[in-house]
Amino acid sequence: MLAYIVKRVLYMIPTLIAISIVAFLLIQLPPGDFVTTLAAEMSQQGDTVDPTTLRMLREQYGLDEPIWTQYWLWISNIVLEGDFGRSFDWDVPVSDLIWNRLGLTLVLSLCALIFTWVISLPIGIYSAVRKYSVGDYVASFLAFVGLAVPNFLLALILMYLAYKFFGISVDGLFSAEYEDAPWSGGKVLDLAQHLIVPVIVLGTSGTAALVRIMRANLLDELYKPYVTTARAKGLSEWRLILRYPVRAALNPFVSTIGWALPELVSGATVTAIVLNLPTTGPLLLRALIAQDVFLAGAMILMLSVLTVIGTLISDLLLAWLDPRIRYK
Amino acid sequence: MGQYSTDDVAPRELGHDPDDPALAEMEDDGTEADGRLMGLERAGAWRLAWWKFKRHKLAVASGILVLLIYFVAAFAEFLAPAAPGDYAARYTYAPPQTLRIWDGEEFGLHVTGYKVEVNPESLAREFVNDPEQKIPVGFFVRGSSYEFWGLFEWDRHLFGPLDPDQPMYLLGADRLGRDMLSRIIYGTRISMTVGLVGVALSLFFGILLGGLSGYYGGHVDNVIQRIIEFLLAIPTIPLWMGLAAAIPPTLPPVQVYFMITIILSLVGWTGLARVVRGRFLAMRNEDFVTAARLDGASEVGLILRHMLPSFASHIIAAVTLAIPVMILSETALSFLGIGLRPPVVSWGVLLQEAQNIRTVATAPWLLLPGMAVVITVLALNFLGDGLRDAADPYSK
Amino acid sequence: MTQTSENGTVLSVRDLSVDFPLQKGVLHAVRDVNLDIKRGKTLALVGESGSGKSVSARSLIQLVDSPGRIVSGKVNLFVDGTAADITAMGAKSPHIRAIRGGRIGLIFQEPMSALSPMHKIGDQIDEAIEIHLGLDKKAARKRTVELLRQVEIPNPERMADQYSFEYSGGMRQRVCIAMALACDPDILIADEPTTALDVTTQAEILDLIKRLQEQRGLAVLLITHDMGVVAEVADEVAVMQKGRIVEHGTADEIFYTPKHPYTKRLLGATLKLEHASDHKAGTYDPASEPILKIRNLSKHFGHVGGWFSRAGPSIRAVDDVSFDLHRGENLGIVGESGSGKTTLGRMIMRIIEPTSGEVIYTGSDDKDQDVLALQRKGLKKYHAAVRMIFQDPFASLNPRMTVKQIVGDPLKINNIASGRARDDRVAELLEMVGLSAEMMDRYPHAFSGGQRQRIGIARALALDPRIIIADEATSALDVSIRSQILDLLLDLQKRLDLSFIFIAHDISVVRYFCDRVLVMHKGKLVEIGEAEQVCTTPSKAYTQALISAIPNPDPRNKRMLHRTRFQSEPQAGAEA
Repeated sequence: MLAYIVKRVLYMIPTLIAISIVAFLLIQLPPGDFVTTLAAEMSQQGDTVDPTTLRMLREQYGLDEPIWTQYWLWISNIVLEGDFGRSFDWDVPVSDLIWNRLGLTLVLSLCALIFTWVISLPIGIYSAVRKYSVGDYVASFLAFVGLAVPNFLLALILMYLAYKFFGISVDGLFSAEYEDAPWSGGKVLDLAQHLIVPVIVLGTSGTAALVRIMRANLLDELYKPYVTTARAKGLSEWRLILRYPVRAALNPFVSTIGWALPELVSGATVTAIVLNLPTTGPLLLRALIAQDVFLAGAMILMLSVLTVIGTLISDLLLAWLDPRIRYK
Repeated sequence: MGQYSTDDVAPRELGHDPDDPALAEMEDDGTEADGRLMGLERAGAWRLAWWKFKRHKLAVASGILVLLIYFVAAFAEFLAPAAPGDYAARYTYAPPQTLRIWDGEEFGLHVTGYKVEVNPESLAREFVNDPEQKIPVGFFVRGSSYEFWGLFEWDRHLFGPLDPDQPMYLLGADRLGRDMLSRIIYGTRISMTVGLVGVALSLFFGILLGGLSGYYGGHVDNVIQRIIEFLLAIPTIPLWMGLAAAIPPTLPPVQVYFMITIILSLVGWTGLARVVRGRFLAMRNEDFVTAARLDGASEVGLILRHMLPSFASHIIAAVTLAIPVMILSETALSFLGIGLRPPVVSWGVLLQEAQNIRTVATAPWLLLPGMAVVITVLALNFLGDGLRDAADPYSK
Repeated sequence: MTQTSENGTVLSVRDLSVDFPLQKGVLHAVRDVNLDIKRGKTLALVGESGSGKSVSARSLIQLVDSPGRIVSGKVNLFVDGTAADITAMGAKSPHIRAIRGGRIGLIFQEPMSALSPMHKIGDQIDEAIEIHLGLDKKAARKRTVELLRQVEIPNPERMADQYSFEYSGGMRQRVCIAMALACDPDILIADEPTTALDVTTQAEILDLIKRLQEQRGLAVLLITHDMGVVAEVADEVAVMQKGRIVEHGTADEIFYTPKHPYTKRLLGATLKLEHASDHKAGTYDPASEPILKIRNLSKHFGHVGGWFSRAGPSIRAVDDVSFDLHRGENLGIVGESGSGKTTLGRMIMRIIEPTSGEVIYTGSDDKDQDVLALQRKGLKKYHAAVRMIFQDPFASLNPRMTVKQIVGDPLKINNIASGRARDDRVAELLEMVGLSAEMMDRYPHAFSGGQRQRIGIARALALDPRIIIADEATSALDVSIRSQILDLLLDLQKRLDLSFIFIAHDISVVRYFCDRVLVMHKGKLVEIGEAEQVCTTPSKAYTQALISAIPNPDPRNKRMLHRTRFQSEPQAGAEA
């Protein structure tokens, strides 16, 4: 088991290096750079653009260096000093901007993940065990609808309904009075209340997908001979279903965490923009549009790292759950 | 069905069981099969799959709906009452009209007109339907002219107001007084083809790389698998956003359109490649493929004659299930303003108008393009599900 | 111990019928079945696939797979002198659950899949004990270990904490038996318990069941298709066909004075395979030049070590095997699973590339060819002369091609015939294998297993081959069809100039069909010689053990129970 963990962690390293290169190239893709954007903005506002200032700006940010040197500077600062560079747009260090938001993103995603599991597991099990019952049809239909509704549309609809019928706006993660307040019990409670709508929005499509997956997995297991063996032992129906086929059906289910968590993190991007949440999403969008390269790069990098870690966690969980993998 | 029995074999869903002991009996006494099996025994795989698919009523209905939607996409100019860009500032956020045949006195297809009222609470000016006014509508009416498929110019529309100057907003109007119905119909064309083109690209890469991976195995497989794993390790939406944001805003719409489909298929091909690879790997060691190899079949012959037909249906199902993912992705990107941009009309672009919750509160019909997305995606998913079930007509 | 009814009956089945409602009508899987299972006795329920024997057995404890259901009849379990009707109990009621595992234990055909791979073996047995005997965890485990010891699992304390995939096939079946007997049931239902096992393992499992039966006075209901197994262990026999019991009697009666034609046919087909065929072509001349020479052929499957895993020792699937095949000869290759016989056959076809050795083929022009050095074109020619018949008649025919395409494909690819001529040739081939030419537009799904195997033979014959390698070609078929296919092959050999390499695990088939036999064990050639001699008076210890473990379909002359045993090397816990 230990060897397996070490192996998996070591495998992560080349992936992470490759991801950092891709993230860097991605933010270098647009023609021109931040200074060009700035110059364009300035001239649009009628200001005169002094070429010397622009050159100085470029030098200051190392924009005139060859691309590999720029990458090396960027990544070595991150890895060695935890310095993500400075946001051009906000004019503050990137790390000041992202950690808080990354934390909230993670909290939101984890809540959505738990929500997804708590809802989809029992429904999926019920659907499979009572195949072709009314309940199964209803669950399956809802799951299909849940998959078909885009996150942002659901967010819009919920916002619209809340606004129309309760006259409240459900955006943001904190009420005005807690926005800049230090952490306290009240603030946590306030956060929890504000999390409900985003969690529902984020969790719906995942729940729908997992209901389908659980149902299919369990149907594969339900008719296997070892289930009949357990039945022939005299176990009661629910006990044997929960103990044997559900246990086996959980394996492929667990391997879905690998993509569920990253999916949530990345899905949260769009939802957060609609619901105006102080998570990474809106910041990333703005940084991308403004070509705020260090900020955008840092966020793409961090989100990718989260994805890789999510995959790692699900692989380890799977190994822990399934002796066949553990013993290989 | 005769009085025969079965052992552990679960009764199959096909008309008869290939393991049918009644058939085995034939061999014993050498008699020919009776007429009971006529047809089935001469039915090829596609026909069997079709029979199996037909039993899935929801999938059949969805299939018809999907065909209809593509029909709408193809004939958008003719089906839409107005051009997508036709605006009328007078009718900003005009609500949907009601279509009626009977106005209390006489028959005649018409919609109600509008009158302006002041909302007593907010003191804002609002349109309300005015049953007193009557705007007659009809079929094959003259309207704005368009070039149909670049072939000829025409100005007939399937239906619309008899007098082109009078307003007809069956699904309401947007900020500039443009007809939502017409815009949704035009949006169908863009959104549906983004899905198709994106999937076609994904399919090309998926089959090529998945096929190479599965057929040759070994190092080729290893390299391609690592690439796929790596692509999957990058979070999709930030990747899309990064790539989409890199498209220069000055690019003409058609090029933006193709860039977006390429971006979407960049991630989409991995899923298809996995399906193809898995099938190839499983198929490569099938006895009947080995048998064909021993018959002297060439590698190309093996792939084209034995392996591809066996999983073509699986690919069709996978493709059908991949289209809705593309549509949803395009919609999300355009909604965020980094996908397709006006004046191109797609469902996502239309939904951009609904970003502000206060606007949605006054004009909830701006969310209707979302309905189009949901219905289309649902139909494609049901269809894909049915196709997947029917894909292997020989399974139980 | 349970009180039985007057004549020792512990379970009596009366007029049991089970239906499977299908889309088009109802399938009557079991019709009016009557059985009496007696204390200390073994009742064998015999029938071919599709006879309804398995469904009957499962319905005794209401375990019929949906949509099947019991439509009429009574299953009376005699408890303390009173009869309890099992069919009257709800399928999920606590009453039936108390009987399952408590009064009636069940073991299945597939020991590989009958145990959960996710749970430790010990836990799976503990569970049954805890439910029925109400023991706590510790006491249950103690009993589990004791049970594992009784079923002769070495080192039971340690093995209880292992997973099923760490057990061999035979050991898993022992575990299943331990589980079924964990709560001292009165009745054991064994549904084809040894079909998936090798003959030597089969003998040991049947031994074990017999011994436990004597110790505990168990009533055993044995479901099997194998008349040999029936003769070895059954006291009474019920023969089932198409859902009905057609004949019922003591083992001696059934084997020596069968009345029903079906029983006679079943016995005939079994007994026919008990000696060499009198159909043999007799073209084999041991003094002739061989047409195929195999020299020192080996295949090692190596564990290529990755970054972090050590390179494991390579497995020698086939280890230095040499033999000749003569013109007109039928050479059998026998061995248990894992003996390397299939790998050997596939290496001769070059489906698997050998690690080392030589395969020399003497063509019709009397020139020797080094098969392993052949390039594409030469290999194509070789594959036309040396053809193959596969084991699985379902997997070996492309379901998407008509019979005409399947049989005609080799003709097309090798440019032998086209158009009308090809159709005529296909028709001729089909008739040669006993099928009607009119069937050629049909797809494989319209044929039974035996018919499909005939199509596979027609395909093999299409290129006028000189050698046919048949890999377990009859093992997927029922015994009556098996002999038909063998006779067909012998018949073809008389008409065409053919030599066979016949790979099988079933020695009776090889004895019936072959002139010479080659015995393999763990990749090595053990013995090669005249079929009759190897099958009756083998010289090597392994072959003796193998032959003596084969059930003899004669209840007055039980062979298996007096078998000789072979110990290759002392190995903890490995047996399959």
